[in-house]
Amino acid sequence: MSEIKQERKPEEFTNREYEAGFVTDIETDTLPPGLDEDVIRHISAKKDEPEWLLNWRLEAFRHWQTMTEPHWPNVTYPPIDYQAVSYYSAPKSQEDGPKSLDEVDPKLLETYEKLGIPLREQEFLAGVAVDAVFDSVSVATTFKGKLKDAGVIFCPISEAVQEYPELVQQYLGTVVPTGDNFYAALNSAVFTDGSFVYIPKGVRCPMELSTYFRINALNTGQFERTLIIADEGSYVSYLEGCTAPQRDENQLHAAVVELVILDDAQIKYSTVQNWYPGDENGVGGIYNFVTKRADCRGNRAKVSWTQVETGSAITWKYPSCVLRGDDSVGEFYSVALTKMCQQADTGTKMIHIGKNTKSTIVSKGISAGRGQQSYRGLVRIAKSAEGARNFTQCDSLLIGDTCGAHTFPYVEVKNPTATMEHEATTSRIGEDQLFYCQSRGISEEDAVNMIVNGFCKDVFNELPMEFAVEANRLMEVSLEGAVG
Amino acid sequence: MIKIENLHASIDGKAILKGINLEIGAGEVHAIMGPNGSGKSTLSNVIAGRDGYEVTKGSITYKDKDLLEMNPEERAWEGVFLAFQYPVEIPGVNNTYLLKAGVNAKRKHQGLEELDAIDFLKIVREKAKLVELDQSFLSRGVNEGFSGGEKKRNEIFQMAVLEPSLALLDETDSGLDIDALRIVANGVNHLRSEDRSVVMVTHYQRLLDYIKPDFVHVLADGKILKSGGKNLALELEERGYDWVREEAAA
Repeated sequence: MSEIKQERKPEEFTNREYEAGFVTDIETDTLPPGLDEDVIRHISAKKDEPEWLLNWRLEAFRHWQTMTEPHWPNVTYPPIDYQAVSYYSAPKSQEDGPKSLDEVDPKLLETYEKLGIPLREQEFLAGVAVDAVFDSVSVATTFKGKLKDAGVIFCPISEAVQEYPELVQQYLGTVVPTGDNFYAALNSAVFTDGSFVYIPKGVRCPMELSTYFRINALNTGQFERTLIIADEGSYVSYLEGCTAPQRDENQLHAAVVELVILDDAQIKYSTVQNWYPGDENGVGGIYNFVTKRADCRGNRAKVSWTQVETGSAITWKYPSCVLRGDDSVGEFYSVALTKMCQQADTGTKMIHIGKNTKSTIVSKGISAGRGQQSYRGLVRIAKSAEGARNFTQCDSLLIGDTCGAHTFPYVEVKNPTATMEHEATTSRIGEDQLFYCQSRGISEEDAVNMIVNGFCKDVFNELPMEFAVEANRLMEVSLEGAVG
Repeated sequence: MIKIENLHASIDGKAILKGINLEIGAGEVHAIMGPNGSGKSTLSNVIAGRDGYEVTKGSITYKDKDLLEMNPEERAWEGVFLAFQYPVEIPGVNNTYLLKAGVNAKRKHQGLEELDAIDFLKIVREKAKLVELDQSFLSRGVNEGFSGGEKKRNEIFQMAVLEPSLALLDETDSGLDIDALRIVANGVNHLRSEDRSVVMVTHYQRLLDYIKPDFVHVLADGKILKSGGKNLALELEERGYDWVREEAAA
């Protein structure tokens, strides 16, 4: 419950500073801005990578040079000078490599504390293994032992390249090829780290896997690469949460997440994203150009993407499912909030190839302030996808009268046996709803939170318990002052 | 309980209330009747604190406090309750959750400890019986998919839970069939007490057969033109409102 205010001044809240806004002072080993083959060789050498990976990067880079930025998203921003970005930044302390949390730079730990992510507490209380990504290098990995007993591999992808090269080589780039799109190509060329997960046949991962991303060094692009493989009959729930310190410089972020799901396996991938959205005039904030894709290669494979997105100045993101295996299932549950000057063009793609494949899309968009949000979704039923089914629900909620919500649903059906359902609504938080709550003794701010959380309920219900609580809180913090 | 003096209020610059004087004592039940557009709903909305109404003159004193200085939730904490003519749907927000938030905000304001979910559920179950509201309504979205009658019963149920000192019932009888009317009226009658005042805004004498008012007022053209007892309502039903206007003009 927020404080009771005799006089309510919306601007008191709208000018609220980003809660996670601070910069940790740690010496960084940062490359000067610019991108050419030498930079890529440097990154690869720094990470002591095998020849094949360097060549893979260089190939991606050469491809990238022939590509142009996509301009079809419904967002506007000044041109990005990719030569002005620094492509490598690692905390100095990484040289020796901490063996345990005790060896981790205390300032780093302090950063996590400020963000309310006490690693130790999580280790002991929540039973969540955390692969903490600070800038580009993973500095703390926990619970490895327990996971190892189950045969689960959960480590930084740079480590996986060294320890499990055959697995990485077998799967890397097979879901999102190097030349898939402009940002994926860039990521393939310069990715510095990320997470690698392998769940062996028939194993149910004994804990939820979690990675906290942070962008910290000034002017450093963040290019995470995540690869998760669920072998036959396995299951894993993966949580990704993000937050970044405040700064004026726009930051480029182009991550790639690849999920491979084999026969009867399931991956549940949940994201809470809270990157710096810029200030109320649209200055600063993260540019978030992400490629996330799941490949249900096996029969009866299942994937669900659940995301709660409140951050970033610009979001370009379409977590997708390729339903290749027969009877495979893809799900996409999303809550996205744009306020102040945030812009988001986001949605999903469901590509039905296998027989009797099923997909569900539930997208909830909330716009406040001068936020602009577009849902862009593609459902494609290939000729081979006999008996495919899709259900799409796409709702928008507007707060105030200076924001916008747009919907671009694309449907391509090449098989007449397909069943398609689409529902869409746009509503506004009404003065009458607010007054109704107030007349029951609930303050305006609490009423807005309540109405928004009610609107998001279908998606929050899909989140793992501890994440659902976090998501609720995140919405509340993000919405403070959204109603004036 | 509440004293309204020379109250003038307008919407978008258009004067609706033109000098209301009304005093309601603790435990009294007042019925406000009048033709369409006379300002009856405006009066209840102004008392509850709805946005969009500008009070241009006059005062409302409630429990010795200036009611017009308070925002809507503060009025609720002080015991003002409005049963809506058209209850609002809030999809996805649990009916019980909304009430719990309201009750606990009020308790916090009163310096009382907040009720936990278990205690609260006990109270809520008890009160739901009062208006014969099925338990399933407790866990549904606020008014989401409720029929007209269910919505009105839900309003009285909320009143029972929030235990107001001053309940404003804005056309609670409209849209109710005779059985629902009886249930709603029973609920209100149960809630009558020495320290609770009720103001019923209604078009129909019918409601007053079930909830016997102490006073009846005729509101027309933004003013209370006539006040009386229960018999006034019967007379109005027989003769309409014109004679009241004429009498007032004379």
